This record gives sequence, structure tokens and C-alpha cells, in this order.
Amino acid sequence: MSEGPQPASHDVLLIGGGLAGLRAAVAIAEANPALDVAVVSKVYPMRSHSVSAEGGAAGAIAEDDSLDEHAHDTVSGGDWLGDQDAIEAFIAEAPRELLQLEHWGCPWSRQPDGRIAVRPFGGMKNKRTWFAADKTGFHMLHALFQTTLKYEELVRYDEWFVTRLLVDDGRVQGVVAVELMSGEVQAIHAKAVVLATGGCGKVFPFTTNANINTGDGMSLAYRAGAPLKDMEMVQYHPTGLPFTGILITEAARAEGGYLVNKDGYRYLQDYDLGTPSPTPVLRSMELGPRDRLSQAFVHEVEKGRTADSPYGPVVHLDLRHLGAKVIEAKLPMVRELCLRYERIDPVTELVPVRPVVHYMMGGVHTDIHGATPLAGLYAAGETACVSINGANRLGSNSLPECLVFGARAGRAAAEYVASVGPSSAGIAAQVRDERRRVEALIGSDGTERVSALRDEMQATMEEAAGIYRTGPGMSKGADALGELQERMSGVRVGDSSRTFNTELVAALELANMLDIAQTMLHTGLQREESRGAHQRLDFPVRDDDRFLTHLLAYRDADGSARTEQLPVTITRWPPGERKYGR
Amino acid sequence: MEGRSVSLTSKATIALRVARYRPETDDKPHFADYDVPLRKDWTVLDGLNHVKNELDPSLAFRWSCRMGICGSCGMNVNGAPKLMCETFLTDHAPGPVQVEPLNNFPVIRDLVVDITSFVQRLPQVKPWIIREEEKPVDEGEYLQTPEELEVFQQYSMCINCMLCYSACPVVGLDPHFIGPAAVALAERYDLDSRDEGTAERISLLSDHDGAFGCTFVGECTRVCPKGVDPAGAIQRYKLKAAQSSVLSMILPRGAR
Repeated sequence: MSEGPQPASHDVLLIGGGLAGLRAAVAIAEANPALDVAVVSKVYPMRSHSVSAEGGAAGAIAEDDSLDEHAHDTVSGGDWLGDQDAIEAFIAEAPRELLQLEHWGCPWSRQPDGRIAVRPFGGMKNKRTWFAADKTGFHMLHALFQTTLKYEELVRYDEWFVTRLLVDDGRVQGVVAVELMSGEVQAIHAKAVVLATGGCGKVFPFTTNANINTGDGMSLAYRAGAPLKDMEMVQYHPTGLPFTGILITEAARAEGGYLVNKDGYRYLQDYDLGTPSPTPVLRSMELGPRDRLSQAFVHEVEKGRTADSPYGPVVHLDLRHLGAKVIEAKLPMVRELCLRYERIDPVTELVPVRPVVHYMMGGVHTDIHGATPLAGLYAAGETACVSINGANRLGSNSLPECLVFGARAGRAAAEYVASVGPSSAGIAAQVRDERRRVEALIGSDGTERVSALRDEMQATMEEAAGIYRTGPGMSKGADALGELQERMSGVRVGDSSRTFNTELVAALELANMLDIAQTMLHTGLQREESRGAHQRLDFPVRDDDRFLTHLLAYRDADGSARTEQLPVTITRWPPGERKYGR
Repeated sequence: MEGRSVSLTSKATIALRVARYRPETDDKPHFADYDVPLRKDWTVLDGLNHVKNELDPSLAFRWSCRMGICGSCGMNVNGAPKLMCETFLTDHAPGPVQVEPLNNFPVIRDLVVDITSFVQRLPQVKPWIIREEEKPVDEGEYLQTPEELEVFQQYSMCINCMLCYSACPVVGLDPHFIGPAAVALAERYDLDSRDEGTAERISLLSDHDGAFGCTFVGECTRVCPKGVDPAGAIQRYKLKAAQSSVLSMILPRGAR
């Protein structure tokens, strides 16, 4: 077998070209312009899923707002599972990061006098969500991507799929990746690697996430020995369009939209979320946190008060009273998406919605600087779990998280590589092994279809790790995943071409997702309480005595998961009751 | 939209005629026919995914967000460039629906085209904020009124889906022409009240490879799924470049 060309080598590799990865790239270039930095992404950077974020990015700047209030909202929103030192750092740095994006050209929506405008958002006590109409992620990503083009030295590996981290001598030393256009499997050496590959919504059948959100970075880290943290914490967003799962932003409710059941009743008033008011009230009713709103939907289904649709029960988002002018100015994409995909005009009609898997609070365990316990490995954005989101992320905290911790991880990696020597000899054998593994998959004539295994995994996870969970349900799901793992060894990649082999990528992504799905159920079973997005019918209350702690999942040699606990960091906000609308 | 009112039984199908090309084995592209379910909610992308998942896993195409914002799934449907994720099968009933790669790009494989040249040339239009003096971030935002935002907003909506390159006859004839989306992006920054880089961009865009390569056919604007109007941007650029060259004769230090 050929050894392939001499491997490329860089100081820092960023895996993923969305907001977190690109922000890290600029941070490194600014920290030390002499460093050789490269971005590896399985898609062109502007295709990254950051592009789909709609509603906004939180940063406390308004005169009547404060960092402490943003911190308290985030702590309580996360049901006290977030680390408060990380939250305080995040909240302090978020406004500056958003301003930096402004200086880089992000077309933020403005007040009449030209200053940044902010809107309300769910679970937030004050208006602090910056927005670019309702295409916030799109504008942030494009402004940032275009800004990176200034940095001529920044190398990009566009449409390269990373399959493995190279670890030797106790530290990460690069990756192996497939260049999709040629099908070549190549090593890229680096002194440090920053994972910024986004979330893993595709583990589930019904998700707002894009096709690319397969948790690749989480799986890469996990297989390399780094732990995943709080993987049981899966956010269901309360308002997705039926069938497609396309997100209808929380901003629709922040601008005054109502959630009503089939009787036109604003049902959230029945779930300890406050009393209805004609105009939005912060931290109340439709502006409650996402976990509580999604849970309320399940109870409405049980009471028979939801409407039927070809894709199951739905409630309705009512925007009609806002009028065409407000909808066009503040929610143009909502209208565009409803018209295009549902043939519904929210100016005159109710929009059918139901909860949909949206975001992973859990991810690769990092410290406050984005560093994992594995030397040379960093992570940021949805891939990572610092943790600022705890058991439930507040809307509009994820975009600034990508910026704040992307920049932090970049700076930490830049500092680390200054003291690291060249790669060790041991990785050459790993590259050979990995090349053999990936090349053997091309055109492999097994009996198990990728799409069939993926469908079964997704159905298993929807059943086992829904809005409400049980021990027996998760155990059954874990067994089913174990069987799927075994069947994966007989997977058929029905495409023998090396050129742009998307079926090969799909098989590798599926293997990644099976790993991650297993950790979700594993820590889900361990967490015998109900907290935030993790609601167990068999353990219905929060148990701070036993579970005011993160759960770290490590991969054992036999592929099974092993759990360790890590206490939550509390600085100024001792655990308390989550109060909304009262 | 009128086609979508047809009554659909669960067994209704529609034929996809899909361009296939594998460089290792094929001299040139050929078509393969697949019957896929014709469902009210299904887009051409759902049809292609049905082919890939159920009928032929070797079909290669790009897609990601399926909500018209990532720009990955531009292809030709019955000869017109579209985003697959927002093109409904019922709008093309009874079929067949012919799906081909975008024009004016080398085909890598099946429906996947090579957009390297576009991506590599993007930095030429300097699509970032250029200022003579940068204000420190700690001093706050650059003020920009809603009216000032409105001036460039339309040109900031480009998702780089490449439909305009597929539709543009000049791109097809002249590989040096930088193309509609790139000029629209230059205009997006020129019109941004925070930017002072117009003079730098004009020198790059006012030759034949830039805005003056355009013969104003206007197809780019017609096919744009985001209402960006690249043709309008190119016209503005030509005017600006002409004014600039006149002014540079009058004003020795050049026009701003």
C-alpha cells in the first residue's frame, strides 16, 4: 500500500468552518500571526449550520440590563447545571464579541438613531438579543467568513471529511481526512486541533438540524479518549414545522406571537408559566424557556387539546395580530418559510408547529478555555460542553457562545503550540490503519444499508430519548443501539467510486452518530432525576443531593461507555427554584 | 403553484430523470430514470434522497439545510437553475423531472459541480469592511441607521448558491468574468455606510474581468432565489467605475 504523499503540516487545525471554527481562526491569527493555521471542513464554510440560526445573539448592552441578570437567566434557564464561572466569563465577553462582528460588517438590525437594536427572547428577563432580522446566523456567518478572506495565510481544506484524530505520546498530533473530490485519504499533521463541528441533531428523525449535523467532532474526541459531558441533555425546540422540522424562531413569540391549542386557548397558562397578556411579558408564557414549553406540548397532547396533522399532533403559532408590517420587518424569514413549505401566510393564517430536536447542551468536555483533558485537543461551539447551557440552553445564547469560546479555544491553542515539539513517529502506523479502514469501506459489499440502519437509529432515539424518558425505555433503546452497532460491521457502501463518494461519508457519519447516541442513553440512565431537558417519568424531581453534577462519558476499550461525575461550579447563585411568569 | 392542487393518491409517483456521471468510468454524462413517490410536501430534494436511500446509494449530490439558506443544493430542474430544497415535485407533475448539474462549472460527479474557481476568486473583490482608521471595538458600534442598512441589505442576502453563474451566458463564454454574485458582494460592501473601500474595489472590478464583462442579459437577477438583483449591482458598478475614471482625470488623487 502506498504511503501517500508527504503529509501536510500546520500549527493548528480547526475542524469545522462555522461560527466557532472561523472565530477561532481569526483569534489565532491575531494572537500569533506567525502560526500556520488551517480550517478543515466537510462543507464550504458558508454552508455550515450556523447559517440557519434565525432569532438572535444575546449580549447585555441595554441601559436597563446587566451582566448579572443575563448570568442569572442563564443559570436558572439551565436548571443550575451550568458552570457559573464559565457563564460569568461568557456573559462578560459576549457583548464585545458581538460588537466585533459589527465592526466586521454584520448587518445588525438598528434603532432609529443607528445604535444596535435588541429584542426579547425566551427565558431572558431583559431585552438583550441582537438580531439581523430573522437571519441572524446567516449574516453573522457570512460576515465572519468574508472577513477571514482578508487573512491570506489561512489555509482551507474545503470539503474534506475528518475520520480520525491522530494521538500519540499522550497528545493530539493531527487528523486523517478524506478529500471528497479525489477520494484520497490523507494525514494532516498539527500540533493542536480545535473541534468546531456543531451539533448532532441527525441522531433523531425529526430535527431542525441540517443534514451535516452528525456530531463528527464529538465522536472524534470520544474515540480518541476525551470525555463527552452531559450528553443526555437534548433540547427540543417548541416550534418546528411539521414534516420538515424547519425551525420557526422564538423571535416570532418574542415579537408577540401566541401559542394556542386546537381551541384557540393559550395553553401555557396551565403550566405554571404565567398569565396571558396581549403583549409579550419577559420570562412569562410564550417567553418561557424551551424545555418547559416543549413539555407543556406533551401534556396538551395527553389532554386531547392539540390539533391533528398528517404528521401527528400540532399546536398553532398565531402571528396574525402582529400585522403584515411587523412580520415583514422583523420576521421576514418566518413568513418566507411558512409560505414556501406550508403554503400558509402567517399574516392571515395560523402556523402549525410541534416540538423538534434542536440543540445539544452536551458535548466534548472542555474547561473555560476550550481545552479538553487530552493535550492538544480543544473544542468550541455546539460540539463542546463548557458548560454554560447546563440542562437547557436559552435561545440566543448559542451564537455568542460560538464566538466567545471559539476565540478562547483559538487563543488557548495558539499558546499551547508555542511549547510543543514536532510530531512523533508513532502516528505513521495510525495513518496507515485509518487509510486501510476507510478504503475498505469504499464499495463494501455488506448487507446492511446505511439508510436503513440510520432510520432504525433515529426511531430508537425518538422512542428512548424524547421529551419525557424512562429507565426501561432508555435501557431498551441502549440494547437496540448495541445491535445496530454490531450490524454496522456489515454495512454496505453501495458506491465504489472514489470521486465525491457521499455514501462513504454517510456511512462514516452513521458510525459517529451511533457512538454519540449510545452516550446519550448511557448518561441518561445514570441521571436518575428530572432536570431541564432531561425529564424522567420514573424520577420526576430534581435531585441536587445526588445530581448537581456533570456526567462525563468515557469510551472504554470494548466500545462501551463509562461514566464519571464532575461537580457543577457554583459561584454566586446557589440552586433555587425556576420561576417563570410569577 | 397551480400544479399542487392535483389530488394525490398514496401510490402516485413521478419520474426523475437524473444526470449521472462518474469520471472513472464515463466518457460523458448520461441520464438514469427513477420513479419516486409524488407527495404534496415533497421537494425534488426529497425525491433525490428517496433515490439515494431506497434505490441507488451511488447517486452523488450536495445538500444540507433543506430550508433555502445554506446554498448547497443548486441544480438544474428541467433546464432552469433552482434550489432543490424549495422546488416541489408537484409543481413539475406529471413529470418527468429532469435534474442536471448547474451549467458553467466543471462536473465532478453526477450532480456535484466544482465551484473552486468562484471560491478562490472571492477575495479579489475584498468582501470585508475596509476603513482608513479602525475604531477600537471597546468604543462601541459604528452607528448605522435603518435607512443606511436598507441601502445595502438586499445585496447582503446572497447565499452563494451559484444559480446566477449557471444562468449567466457571459460566465459560460468568458472564464475570466468574475461573475454576478461576486460583483453583488462588492456592491454590498461599497454601499455599507461603515465601509471606505470603494476605491480599492473599483480598480479591481472596472476592467473586462469585472463588471464590464457583463453584457446585461439579466438572467442572474431572474434566477436569484433570494432577490439579490446582481444585475442591478453590476449596472451600478459600471456607472460608478465610469464616474470614477472621469473623476480620476479631474482629481489627481482619485475619486472616493
